[in-house]
Amino acid sequence: MASLARIRSAVPRRMHLARAIQTAADTTQLHQDASHSEPFTVKLHEDSFHGYRTDTPGLDVEVTKENLMRWYKEMNVIRRVEQAADALYKQKLIRGFCHLAIGQEAISVGLNSATTFEDKIISSYRTHPFVILRGGTIKSLVGELLGRVCGVSKGKGGSMHVFTEAFQGGHGIVGAQVPLGAGLAFAQKYLGKKTATFAMYGDGASNQGQVFESFNMAKLWNLPCVFVCENNKYGMGTSAERSSSNTAYYTRGDTIPGIQVNGMDIIAVHQATKFAKDWVTSEKGPLLVEFVTYRYAGHSMSDPGTTYRTREEIQRMRSTQDPIRGLQRYITEWGLASEDELKAIDKEAKTEVEQAVEEAKASPFPDESELWTDIYSAGTEPPFMRGRDREEMHYY
Amino acid sequence: MIQQRSGRRWQSTEAHPAGGHLPSIATSTFLKPTPDVALRTPGLRYADQTGSDPTKEMVGRETRKMNMYQAVRDAIALSKDDTAVVFGEDVAFGGVFRCTMGLAEEFGRERVFNTPLTEQGIAGFGIGLASMGHTAIAEIQFADYIFPAFDQIVNEAAKFRFRSHGNFNVGKLTIRCPSMAVGHGGHYHSQSPEGFFMGAHGIKIVIPRSPIQAKGLLLSSIRDPNPVIFMEPKVLYRSSVEQVPMDDYEIELGKAETLTRGNDLTIVSWGTPVYHCETAMKMLSHPPPSLAPNVPASVRGAKIELIDLRTIMPWDVQTVAESVNRTGRLIVVHEAGRTGGVGAEIGAEIQKRCFLKLNAPVRLVTGWDTPVPMQYEKFYMPDPIRILDAVIETLNY
Repeated sequence: MASLARIRSAVPRRMHLARAIQTAADTTQLHQDASHSEPFTVKLHEDSFHGYRTDTPGLDVEVTKENLMRWYKEMNVIRRVEQAADALYKQKLIRGFCHLAIGQEAISVGLNSATTFEDKIISSYRTHPFVILRGGTIKSLVGELLGRVCGVSKGKGGSMHVFTEAFQGGHGIVGAQVPLGAGLAFAQKYLGKKTATFAMYGDGASNQGQVFESFNMAKLWNLPCVFVCENNKYGMGTSAERSSSNTAYYTRGDTIPGIQVNGMDIIAVHQATKFAKDWVTSEKGPLLVEFVTYRYAGHSMSDPGTTYRTREEIQRMRSTQDPIRGLQRYITEWGLASEDELKAIDKEAKTEVEQAVEEAKASPFPDESELWTDIYSAGTEPPFMRGRDREEMHYY
Repeated sequence: MIQQRSGRRWQSTEAHPAGGHLPSIATSTFLKPTPDVALRTPGLRYADQTGSDPTKEMVGRETRKMNMYQAVRDAIALSKDDTAVVFGEDVAFGGVFRCTMGLAEEFGRERVFNTPLTEQGIAGFGIGLASMGHTAIAEIQFADYIFPAFDQIVNEAAKFRFRSHGNFNVGKLTIRCPSMAVGHGGHYHSQSPEGFFMGAHGIKIVIPRSPIQAKGLLLSSIRDPNPVIFMEPKVLYRSSVEQVPMDDYEIELGKAETLTRGNDLTIVSWGTPVYHCETAMKMLSHPPPSLAPNVPASVRGAKIELIDLRTIMPWDVQTVAESVNRTGRLIVVHEAGRTGGVGAEIGAEIQKRCFLKLNAPVRLVTGWDTPVPMQYEKFYMPDPIRILDAVIETLNY
């Protein structure tokens, strides 16, 4: 393997396209005076998008103060929750696996901002934010992580398997949710609904065979499916360049057009999501969307995240491309709110999360009898199931 | 006839030769040759059934002579559900075994359509579709090709309900696949993979033995609120023929059927080998001259209880245990190899429940622990002679 590693490192890194995608979080420019009550237009950096077999979304985006402030609050809450999860995991209160989305908040909030609860979002296991954004509460998310009955899956799913009525779930097997997304989109098309499915996966999962199987079916049947690749640069502990022969993930759909998006700028994510939803609901078939982003934490809690990349790299991303700090700059520079006002929001988020964590901790663990429920549909189970020891049998 | 790609797909869809490998199927007493007998089949539950008296339910009902692929097609057509979608490789023009003949014309190409050769994708697509509340009837062209979909079935379909605490489920998914051997399918067209799925709690596995059974069990599987893998023994598609009630009926899942009653030995089987067991039982009571010297007179009068398990998961422990408690002897016959097979699980459970009643070790008559060998397929299958041998040994233990 050592020799193989030498060979790989001898291969020159992929030559960048003419210009690399912009991944700073604060490059959007004000176009007109920012209004406190009316929508106003801002202009994204000209390298916010790259297109493959398609034009890119427009750079002029209409935003409102209300939206920007809400996104700021949501991103703050999400980061606080993830930090709380980190602490709870280290206190051994969260067991099993736990994957944090710190650094990638603009994607979940941006996706949610341009979709409705009628649209379907299905993703992998870095999905805590969607619970909060799509019908769940902080308490029901933290409760699920802690395995308590107040959790969204009554404590039976855990961190990787969170669902809400408007979020089709976290899925624990890398890439396995992508063909499911094709199925969701087919049902939407079959029912004649003008809605979209967003089937999300990471740069690591993009090398799974079933992802390509899904691309093929979706294009073949013209399904309203947006394949969303969250490229956070590392598939577990292997960088995109070391795992993928083509790291321009938005071009990997062959005949499916794609766009690459600055996943650190919430306004770019919002604009790209709107573009994608319009695309698939106007019967143009599927679309690939690659959000270029960065994961601050390790892949999971057992990964310190510093063995395959330098601390300096993480530090540089945090200080120069942080999505929350980027939005904070927009809001203050455009005169929409003062730093103190934003600090108050941040404090409010912190209090909300702390309170929810305490409430979730107070929730009991699921009853032992829950071990046997929801395996089969109630009333159609086998007559009995074996329990934890020789004597224990559960009869339905 | 559908042109298959050479190499991977099975080339021939010919009926197996009349009077060929398994002569017992054509003459089996388990098949219902007349409408009257067919309508008396135990366990049929008609969709329009009003009373509880099954003899009254026979009145005015019609039957038609069908083989198993026609019965399967009949069941799919009767599933009567506007969201039902049928998909798989080549299903739009009937499928390799003709189980979906004419469905695309009858129900529309947007509901009955071909997929690419993409088994993992088919399963995942079906799971997504079913999670939206659609009735998804997927076909994997041969059970041998189900392995790319193994992850989707075991990790997604089986666990969907549990890990979302019932918020989502894929109960409306049914995966059909032809399984078991015809005698010349070889490594990739004769396998019986039911045992591999036995540890995937959350799915059900169903294997029918005849046209009447296939229709009722498939309709139950489609409507069962759990994902079901429905494995159709492919040699029976054409060789098993009986009168099948035309109306919509179901046969309950999780219930075995006792085909013959007896107090000396229990045989449990499913699918094709059920007929080999029947032949072996005939050989025991009336051995042909060539076998007679090997069949002691003392065992010829033995009364054997033959049970068709029908649902492999969850299997009907009660029926089997009750039987073995009476007979004291058990043989399990299946086509898959022995190690890690379904017979091992049944044997373990029965020896636990019936230990003090057993007069002989639980005996397994199965395929060998080899790949299904092209040239030796007839030797691989648990044929009537091997079953007879096990019966005599177990009775004389």
